Amino acid sequence: MLSEFAVLLVGAIFINNFVLVQFLGLCPFMGVSNKLETAIGMSAATTFVLTLASVCSYLTYTYILIPLDLAYLRTIAFILVIAVVVQFTEMVVHKTSPLLYKVLGIFLPLITTNCAVLGVALLNINQQHSFIESAVYGFGAAAGFSLVLVFFSAMRERLAVADVPEPFQGSAIGMITAGLMSLAFMGFAGLV
Amino acid sequence: MIEFIINNPFLAAVIALVALGLVFGAILGFGAVKFAVDGDPIVDQINAILPQTQCGQCGYPGCKPYAEAIANGDAINKCPPGGEAGIIELANLLDVEPMALDDEHGVEDVKKVAYIREDECIGCTKCIQACPIDAILGAAKQMHTVIAKECTGCDLCVEPCPVDCIDMIPAVEGTGAWKWDIPDRNPTYNANIIVTDRSSLDRDAGDSGKAA
Repeated sequence: MLSEFAVLLVGAIFINNFVLVQFLGLCPFMGVSNKLETAIGMSAATTFVLTLASVCSYLTYTYILIPLDLAYLRTIAFILVIAVVVQFTEMVVHKTSPLLYKVLGIFLPLITTNCAVLGVALLNINQQHSFIESAVYGFGAAAGFSLVLVFFSAMRERLAVADVPEPFQGSAIGMITAGLMSLAFMGFAGLV
Repeated sequence: MIEFIINNPFLAAVIALVALGLVFGAILGFGAVKFAVDGDPIVDQINAILPQTQCGQCGYPGCKPYAEAIANGDAINKCPPGGEAGIIELANLLDVEPMALDDEHGVEDVKKVAYIREDECIGCTKCIQACPIDAILGAAKQMHTVIAKECTGCDLCVEPCPVDCIDMIPAVEGTGAWKWDIPDRNPTYNANIIVTDRSSLDRDAGDSGKAA
């Protein structure tokens, strides 16, 4: 039982990494990776939202949509759930850490449109995860997202002072770096 | 009624989504009350960095209004009394690039205090009204004097004095505020080091001042 969770977790973090293998959530991946501190803040917020949203959407699906025979409404219902969780997170962050709130700026409400969040909720249903499996899968996806976001921002901090050829400066070299990271993560494919 | 709803999937869907929306709305409403933010905490943090001279050289009527303006996106380089050290601290707090002091609002100067030549003072109380921090002591037709420890050196009392008996003299610096003026041998090469040293010295001076 426990090893099943471990496999699920490792699978979500490395093998099916949401950013670098499934290409979900690329907007914050490129948008908030300029500074390491911001990236860590964004990772924490996204981890919280992803885990909570995957649990909440599982509950909504199992106890509201299935009994009412409304499974076809899951996408709309999940977006509703995610929007609420993000709004709630925004309130908490605004109250507890005004500086982080200011630094994250528009990217905090934009977690709503982070397709990784909706992706996890829908994949949980597709793969018929149980309640705990949903939570583990959501957390694993968030951990994978955080991991590559922090790695990537650390690299971009170095790229900022690197001698990059003029045509590749700025976002271009960021995209190339992300591509190379994605290639590296493909290497995990045979792990489990 | 319930049978009618169950037999009518379209109605059930609408009711379910509306109910979901209402429940979530209630949760958010509760959260908005529970986690209400009173004021903007960042303003207080900015205000704590500003030197509290209340001199108005930034173009705002005091330090707090300028702090609010900074929080709303105004430039951080309009405070001459805060000087370069203040700008660097503000830049760190707000996560922006430090910039040079805006000349339009005055230049960074040595710390000064107002001094009233007491035998010339006619006791008109005009400087008392001008003082933003109540550092001038006196009454009508009585001689006035400046509480040097309270004076922020803002210059505002000099202008209204009808007999021009107020001088701005360099503040007497005790051991707490003493700093070693490092000779500037090679300004282009050393610029960075001197800035860092100076700002740390200023901070030390501020700390010991508070302790005393």
